[in-house]
Amino acid sequence: MHETPAAPLLELRGISKTFPGVKALQNVRLTAHAGHVHALMGENGAGKSTLMKILSGAYLPDAGAEIRIGGQPARIEGPIDAKNLGVSVIYQELSLAPNLSVAENIFMGRPMTKGPTVDRAGMAAACAGTLERLGADFGPNTTVAQLSIAQRQLVEIARAVQFDCRILVMDEPTTPLSTHETERLFALIRRLRAEGLAILYISHRMDEIDELADEVTVLRDGTYVGTLSRAELSRDKLVKMMVGRDLSGFYRKEHHGQHTGDVALTVTDLADGRRVRGCSFQLHAGEVLGLAGLVGAGRTELARLVFGADPRTAGQVRLNGAGPKLDIRQPGDAIRNGILYLTEDRKGNGLFLDLSVRDNINVMVSPRDAKAGGVMDGRRAVKRAIDAIRQLSIRVASPRVNVGSLSGGNQQKVLLARLLELGPRVLILDEPTRGVDIGAKSEIYRLIDELARRGMAVLVISSELPEIVGVCDRVLVMREGRLVGEVGGASGRAITQENIVAFATGAAIPEPAPMLH
Amino acid sequence: MNVPATASAPPSIGPAASARGKEILRALGMLPVLVLLSIGFGLGTENFASLQNLSIIAQQASINIVLAAGMTFVILTGGIDLSVGSMLAASAVVAMIVSNIPGLGMLGIAGGLACGLAFGLINGFLISVVKLQPFIVTLGSLTAVRGMARLLAGDNTVFNPQLPFAFIGNGDLFGIPCLVVIAFAVIAISWFVLRRTVLGLNIYSVGGNAEAARLAGIKVWAVLLFVYAISGLLAGLGGVMASARLYAANGTTLGVSYELDAIAAVVLGGTSLVGGTGSILGTLIGALIIAVLTNGLILMGVSDIWQYIVKGLVIIGAVALDRYRRKDAART
Repeated sequence: MHETPAAPLLELRGISKTFPGVKALQNVRLTAHAGHVHALMGENGAGKSTLMKILSGAYLPDAGAEIRIGGQPARIEGPIDAKNLGVSVIYQELSLAPNLSVAENIFMGRPMTKGPTVDRAGMAAACAGTLERLGADFGPNTTVAQLSIAQRQLVEIARAVQFDCRILVMDEPTTPLSTHETERLFALIRRLRAEGLAILYISHRMDEIDELADEVTVLRDGTYVGTLSRAELSRDKLVKMMVGRDLSGFYRKEHHGQHTGDVALTVTDLADGRRVRGCSFQLHAGEVLGLAGLVGAGRTELARLVFGADPRTAGQVRLNGAGPKLDIRQPGDAIRNGILYLTEDRKGNGLFLDLSVRDNINVMVSPRDAKAGGVMDGRRAVKRAIDAIRQLSIRVASPRVNVGSLSGGNQQKVLLARLLELGPRVLILDEPTRGVDIGAKSEIYRLIDELARRGMAVLVISSELPEIVGVCDRVLVMREGRLVGEVGGASGRAITQENIVAFATGAAIPEPAPMLH
Repeated sequence: MNVPATASAPPSIGPAASARGKEILRALGMLPVLVLLSIGFGLGTENFASLQNLSIIAQQASINIVLAAGMTFVILTGGIDLSVGSMLAASAVVAMIVSNIPGLGMLGIAGGLACGLAFGLINGFLISVVKLQPFIVTLGSLTAVRGMARLLAGDNTVFNPQLPFAFIGNGDLFGIPCLVVIAFAVIAISWFVLRRTVLGLNIYSVGGNAEAARLAGIKVWAVLLFVYAISGLLAGLGGVMASARLYAANGTTLGVSYELDAIAAVVLGGTSLVGGTGSILGTLIGALIIAVLTNGLILMGVSDIWQYIVKGLVIIGAVALDRYRRKDAART
């Protein structure tokens, strides 16, 4: 370690957090100093957000946790405790009221008053200095709705600084910012560092870590991996710390190499004008193609464009290599062509939680099964449901049970069954094992393997690198809306977590391995 | 046959039989309230339980049942239709005007239905295609269509003492009033559409989760257009029924605040205002509760001031009881 000024400002030790069925954090530690930027890194799901929520008082840690702030033992049992201890968190989702003024937002929850009335002038005067010091190009009376995202972020930071924040936690603050805005934010972070704040900076991006971090702590699967000082920092080391584990026996890839090689889907220059910037790829029958990338890289957006869930601004989708251009404007068009999409958010936009397992499984296939006049074939619907329950071993007492009462894994299987009933040619699975227990996970992996063996073309989007590596024949990596690399297949690069992370973070472009085997 | 429940099944799910039992209990919904109210009035008044009075109750409920059936379609998608009372008035006026055309009197029925359907389609178009909020659109048409009804009637009452379709309002079929037959037919058809057709499943799906419905390839706009059109069509039918009963229609007082009784019936019937859950049989029971309550209070000689108060409180109380019971059921 390098020389440190006096006692650390923030010390976390033995932080664990258990949710029903999941250990989100296990015995994590972290030490941050005043006047330093401390970066927190880890894959998606490594536990960064959980740790941040414990600091902000949104979650209580399990017993045995030790938090010290300024050398004093501290208890953070709610957002108010966190504020009083000088801990402020800037979330990705900004928490401002757009209809109120900047000053009203800064003083939200503790407004200045003059007798029985709110002292708007006093609040504006009180925060004007803070805004100016932070380099704001807007005044305290501006309505937040008129501000850009970057300016709103600055309002949040001003809110923290206004109330004597000592520890500022920022969760991937540059994600929504342009390059220029990012530079301004970095300048501000340096100024706050110079003023003696401890800044906990969560990021995925290597170049940001290079630019800002004085120390880096790496988490993996909810455990503490290590802390590097600036002098020890290297991209290689970080990548190794973030991945590096072995779960290979868990996955199945028996279909591998059996695929016929026929192109099932060709996507050319697909773009939505925002998050997806010209993506082209081919997907083969009998192939499991992975789509990897950081959260926010545009993977889900790309999949939704292929499926017709969102409007596209450019590009084409064809079946086979040279099939006619498909006119996909809405999901129904994709569905008719045998292209199906499993949503990443099964409760938000997948399942009908108030409807039965039977109805959820049959909702897409029922028009096809229907008798004259759109009358449902009830017997067939029940048979489909019972068969699917048996084949996917969905654990449910009866097809009449509401799907909302099932566990995550069984809900996911119901959603998969809904798609499989249609006999898809191309199946896009977005985070197929998110929020699913280990047992159901391995069953879903086996299902993917089986589908590919039967000649289906499967595209798997996942934020879990071991899953991508374990399941896929070939992996495309996305960064900032573009497909930036390919591993496996004909690329000559092995499907390894290191190669994928390198592409995804822009750390370096791995050289194709020489043709040894 | 039961699919065997494995040991790893969550404890909240019992065997199939208990799931079905719960479903029946849920479908019963407000039936106990209806039964208790009827017993209470039966004991408390002399004439309540007479066959003649029960027939009157059914007749009085029939128009609200028809409106509430349309409202059920709308509310199942998470929407609302505030304009049914006004559409009923306009349709009644149109039906009467057409019925006065010599030789074409029976076309009054078609005219009334077409008028309701047309207004329903306009509501549906504004909601599903222009994507305005249902509350706002139908609040607007509540007022605008009321004005149209008065305009069509020349701000007067349209009579037809020789109404060719008067049997709808005053005739009977095998001793059952035609109004009641129509109301029950509407309930039966609605039940079939909601429970046995793809369209019905799509209505529940859109109400339960519109985005999921869209991603499942359902044409959400078509579903919404349909439910508002049906609500309009049934309001038109209500207009034909009302005018046939009265041999007259006016745009000023006919159907005023009928939308509130229709909404109350749907909510009493256990259909969630958020959409996605509920049943047409519940709506029938809800409409009957309102009719029984009104009739019983009159028979007991309660002043109409107190009728309003009691009716309002019973609606709130019954729904509160239902929520409480359902929350309880979910916990066990």
